[in-house]
Amino acid sequence: MATQTIEFKDPAARASAAVAAASDDDIQDLKGDKLVLNMGPSHPSTHGVLRILVEMDGETITKAIPDVGYLHRGDEKIAENMTYNQFVPYTDRLDYLAPLANNVAYVLAVEKLMGIDDAIPPRGQYMRVICCELARISAHLLGLGAFAMDVGALTVFLHTFTEREKIYNLCESLTGARFTTSYTRVGGLTRDCPPGWIQAVRKFLDEVVLNIAESETLLTRNRIFVDRTRDVGVISRQLAIDYGLTGPNLRGSGVDYDVRKANPYLVYKDLEFDVPVGSVGDCYDRYLVRMEEMRQSVRILRQCLDRIPGGADNVSREPVSILDGKVTLPPKTKVLMGMEELIHQFMIVTQGVNAPPGEVYFGAENPKGELGFYIHSRGGGTPYRLKIRAPSFVNLGILPEVLPGHMMSDIVSILGSFDFVMGECDR
Amino acid sequence: MESLQYLSPTTQFVLFSALKILVVFGVVMTGVAYAVLVERKVSAWIQDRVGPNRTSPFFVDYIPVIGPFLVRLGIFQPMADGLKFMLKEDFTPNYVRKVYFWLAPAITVIPALMTVAVIPFGSTLGSEKMVIADLNVGILYTFGIVSLGVYGIVLAGYASNSKYPFLGGIRSSAQMISYEIAMGLSVVPIFLLTESLNLGDIVKYQADHGWMILKQPVAFVIFLIAAFAETNRLPFDLPESETELVGGYHTEYSSMKFALFFLGEYANMIASSAMMVTLFCGGWTLPGTLLSTPSSSILVGLLHIGVFLAKMAVFMIVFIWVRWMLPRFRYDQLMDIGWRRFIPVALANILLTAVVVAL
Repeated sequence: MATQTIEFKDPAARASAAVAAASDDDIQDLKGDKLVLNMGPSHPSTHGVLRILVEMDGETITKAIPDVGYLHRGDEKIAENMTYNQFVPYTDRLDYLAPLANNVAYVLAVEKLMGIDDAIPPRGQYMRVICCELARISAHLLGLGAFAMDVGALTVFLHTFTEREKIYNLCESLTGARFTTSYTRVGGLTRDCPPGWIQAVRKFLDEVVLNIAESETLLTRNRIFVDRTRDVGVISRQLAIDYGLTGPNLRGSGVDYDVRKANPYLVYKDLEFDVPVGSVGDCYDRYLVRMEEMRQSVRILRQCLDRIPGGADNVSREPVSILDGKVTLPPKTKVLMGMEELIHQFMIVTQGVNAPPGEVYFGAENPKGELGFYIHSRGGGTPYRLKIRAPSFVNLGILPEVLPGHMMSDIVSILGSFDFVMGECDR
Repeated sequence: MESLQYLSPTTQFVLFSALKILVVFGVVMTGVAYAVLVERKVSAWIQDRVGPNRTSPFFVDYIPVIGPFLVRLGIFQPMADGLKFMLKEDFTPNYVRKVYFWLAPAITVIPALMTVAVIPFGSTLGSEKMVIADLNVGILYTFGIVSLGVYGIVLAGYASNSKYPFLGGIRSSAQMISYEIAMGLSVVPIFLLTESLNLGDIVKYQADHGWMILKQPVAFVIFLIAAFAETNRLPFDLPESETELVGGYHTEYSSMKFALFFLGEYANMIASSAMMVTLFCGGWTLPGTLLSTPSSSILVGLLHIGVFLAKMAVFMIVFIWVRWMLPRFRYDQLMDIGWRRFIPVALANILLTAVVVAL
């Protein structure tokens, strides 16, 4: 039996040594004419617990080192010790501004592994698209509000929050939880939408369009806002690709790449929508891209609501999940009456959904970018290894490249326009 | 009143001045407290919220109808706020320079309050002029005193011995000095027209010839914007900038010392509003009515004060309204506007006015 040697070294010591080494290499202040400022991890505009070491010459940044990991919870390791369905609640806490979209992305990855991604009933697929797009609007609204607040316009934040509250109400009636939705299961959804929900979404869409327009009047042509964001934090097309940016940050730089178009999943290929693309790649472009994406999401949602099989009240009783006892839980009445269903229920709950051995990567277009799940399965109900490709983490990697040369105040504009979430970045 | 006439003029002067100082101080302090309330309420309305609506002392419950209404308006909130500041722990970090750290809040507040001394807030009440100090160089005094206010902020930033306040202090010194120049230059045309530096004379001139805001709109705009910068209000609140500098110069302050900075900011707003009313909007006069000339009647005298306060309130609302609508400038943009836009425009305005006056 082969033995594996593991080098025992205190991780905390290693981390501090790495930081010390980085500081020695990168931040040299021999003459003492530069100011090293520690922004974060607890700072109002670092959107959580991002820490940036900033070296400044006056107010101009000469060097910036982002330091992530303050919100690390070991989600990937946790996933190895639980069944596929049990991990769904952990995905809520990745990008906690769009839990529905994370739920969907995760189960899609597992379904791809199991080869049942095409077997999801159409109503279930439409419901998932609705979830994704609602989550996108919710996340972009917060991103917009926080961005505006970072550059000093406090009112926009409260306006977008009012609108997000309505999304939370929708989440609550759909899933039972406002924030940690855990709505999806491998093979489908926990439940169909309640009666009247589709109409409620329609009403919300009418309201949110007005709200987006209202926020836009406060910002888009606001001279101060434009001054603060235009030509600030420019990321060239090539640089964006080199650093692996995804989502609105990539599209802001003029790259027409959207996973929903490039690699369609669910029913996105049947839906009509445009992918907004920026031209310069500055903060203003990223802002405009997000604004337009919200409108496109509204467009997608309206199409979904019109086309959803079974209609609003699902009179024809269209299923939302795969009706296969080996994948999804059988109905409770049948579990109590039938032997086979009882066994299925028992197996799924105790062992998990049986996935074949293999490796699979699935990336979904989440509000922050491409959220990817890489699953290495050796068979059975739990993954051998689960890797999360967190778009926020990748997007933040470009900071040392972008920040130097800007003013101290531009840090907040740039961070705001990146619209990252540390829950996802540190996972 | 008769017994007062037996006192010597000097004693009378001292007595009346002390009385006026006390009253004005009281009004300004109350004004500050309620300006905070108005700020909170207006911001709430702008942001689709409710604002403070439940603070009430126990006895208010016994007042029918009007009591709950006042509570909903948040009338008692300022008292609770004040009490809160008093009761907070006054924490002094051990790495600060104690003397300056303690001095800074006072240096911020005192100039703000002293500015009010030369402002004619009414015509006359009886035979007494409604101005604490009727200086013939009133405006120069104001600018001199206002410039002192910056020391408070710079000292606070320096004494805190911490990086964020330090940056805030540097920003404020640069900002306030630059905008002071623009502000000072913007009012020069007014003196060219009125041929006096006494604020009372300027009000009188406006009562006769029409408001300055109509004659000198450019000067007014520059003064208004410079006033925003001088009071550190959005869009010029760079020394504070909550989202970058985490509060800037007052990051390390707590309790009453923090409250003094807060108070200084609002007192500055009140002083700037009062200055704008006096310089550009006719002071205590109301054209078209008998309120435009001084009168010996006590009632008219009180009405004059009311007119002045009402005009001031309008400017206060503008201050608050702008704060909640606009983003913040960046440091270099701010300096750019100050030096490259306002100062040349103000100089051109002076030249133009001088030519017109000479002709």
